[in-house]
Amino acid sequence: MAILAVQKTSASPRGRQRNISWLAWIWVGPALVLELVFFIYPVLNTVWLSFFNKTSTMYVGLRNYQRIFTDPSLLEVLRNNLIWLVLATVLTVGLGLLVAVLIDRVKIERVIKSALFLPMAISFVSASVIWRFVFVYQPANQPQIGLLNAILGLFGIGPQVWLLDTRFNTFAMIAVYVWMMTGFCMVILSAALKSIPDEILEAAKMDGAGRFTIFWRIMVPMISATLTVVTVTMVINILKIFDIVYVMTGGNYHSSVVGVEFYNQLFVFGNYGQAGALAVLLMMAVVPVMYFNIRQIRQQEKMR
Amino acid sequence: MSVRDSKRPPSTALSTPGATHADKKERTLGSYLVQGLSKSSVTAIAVLIGCLWSIPTLGLFISSFRPASLIASTGWWTGLVPPWTFTIANYQQVLLVQGMGQAFLNSLIIAIPGTIFPILVAAFAAYAFAWMKFPGRDWLFLIIVALMIVPLQITLVPILSMFTAIGLTGQYAAVWLAHTAFGLPFAVYLLRNFFASLPSDLMESAHIDGAGSMRIFWTIIMPLSVPALASLAIFQFMWVWNDLLVALIFLGGNPEHAPMTLAVADLVNSFSSNYQVLTAAAFVSMALPLVVFFSLQRYFVRGILAGSVKG
Repeated sequence: MAILAVQKTSASPRGRQRNISWLAWIWVGPALVLELVFFIYPVLNTVWLSFFNKTSTMYVGLRNYQRIFTDPSLLEVLRNNLIWLVLATVLTVGLGLLVAVLIDRVKIERVIKSALFLPMAISFVSASVIWRFVFVYQPANQPQIGLLNAILGLFGIGPQVWLLDTRFNTFAMIAVYVWMMTGFCMVILSAALKSIPDEILEAAKMDGAGRFTIFWRIMVPMISATLTVVTVTMVINILKIFDIVYVMTGGNYHSSVVGVEFYNQLFVFGNYGQAGALAVLLMMAVVPVMYFNIRQIRQQEKMR
Repeated sequence: MSVRDSKRPPSTALSTPGATHADKKERTLGSYLVQGLSKSSVTAIAVLIGCLWSIPTLGLFISSFRPASLIASTGWWTGLVPPWTFTIANYQQVLLVQGMGQAFLNSLIIAIPGTIFPILVAAFAAYAFAWMKFPGRDWLFLIIVALMIVPLQITLVPILSMFTAIGLTGQYAAVWLAHTAFGLPFAVYLLRNFFASLPSDLMESAHIDGAGSMRIFWTIIMPLSVPALASLAIFQFMWVWNDLLVALIFLGGNPEHAPMTLAVADLVNSFSSNYQVLTAAAFVSMALPLVVFFSLQRYFVRGILAGSVKG
């Protein structure tokens, strides 16, 4: 700012331009200050705290990080997050693409889209209540009020405790997430698919291209840019997953993820160092994605 | 797309499976992939998917109108068969006894400024990023956009101690500020792209007429950007309304200011088997976003597209 002010006084032919340049800082000022206070400073502060002990009184080096990769319960958290990352990303983007292709130009496309998209308007908290009525468990000799167990009952299979059973709970919650976010992927991918000209698909068909060839060689490459954006968005959101797990199991029964574990370390155990290390780890995991994202934005800028 | 659909007589697609071959323009994308699958069976699959996605919500909706004793003893689907025993007692209990009315009000108090502030601040910045030249402009823009992917969790501790130091914790202002800051990266990104796509001659001629940047912003940029602003507003409103984490941490100790999500989450924890309260509470908290969503759905979708798909 100071330099700019000095430059402004020098009577150059571009004085008007400099004047605008000085003004610009007033326009971006509020946003920059907020980002500095609410993002940049907290990030640096959390990185700093992660090298200290529980109460931030003693420097412990990398011990908090070491614990993440050696402590069995924290390793389990990492494993769960990995399951979430792979499965939830593949399912939301994959199902979204599949449904987008399938319902394209079907007469009731709009209704189906609304049905799939609607869960996005619902909070994770309400969604967890909704899904309670799918997963809820009653002892085998009582009538099941949960949809899933009632269906199992029709096939003579005993009821399962979906949210407490460590074999199922992570997958059950991933199902909820997929239910919520597939519509988002579908809507965006559908818009991209509509931009593929009919002629190209017809021509491929004439040339005898099979269904897999059409899908993998024509549809997917032609929407690859959008597909990347959607996948990146999902990866970022899933890495940070918190609400569903917090409300449905609270991270108990071996279903915790990094976001929830961070919360627990901070507000249940009061361990600032460990919480900081977990948050930094989460951020590190996002760095490659961030690099990817920035590169893409730059490419878009060049194309403009 | 819709034009194409409306031209077609409503019955042909369902009654004659061969219609897809007669009219090539009418082919579905799916029919390129699944040979021998008629348009009507694609429709059937589509309907099936739609139903599958709606069943969980339908279950909650029906449950919320059933008497407490029935919710806990029989599946909600049994309520569909006569004799019907529906009641609005659950809603009465939630709104009057459980203090959901206050929580609903709190949600509004949080969500309305939580929507307006970030959009305003972002629009100022986006205007500068799109139409002014200043050193470091592109880098600053990139940094702000990159912040979109910083996990919120990482920022909570330092902000919380900052808020506590100045006595903001538990106040609405704490949540407003946080939502403004957290919503900015996406809002700046979306609005800058939209502003930059506006025709530059408009701005230039206004400039020649002697209009300052403030006037250009309020009389040209903002009115022309209503579609983008509307979509962003819907997006931000839903996000703030549905947020749990920010409210949980920055309002944590103050139940009087707790929004719906927090109130419902508390009910989940303390009344986990008291279904009649839960169902109605969840539906009350969904009501407003659903109304917003259905009435402004087109803007909402367009907004996401503007942010992620070029052209």
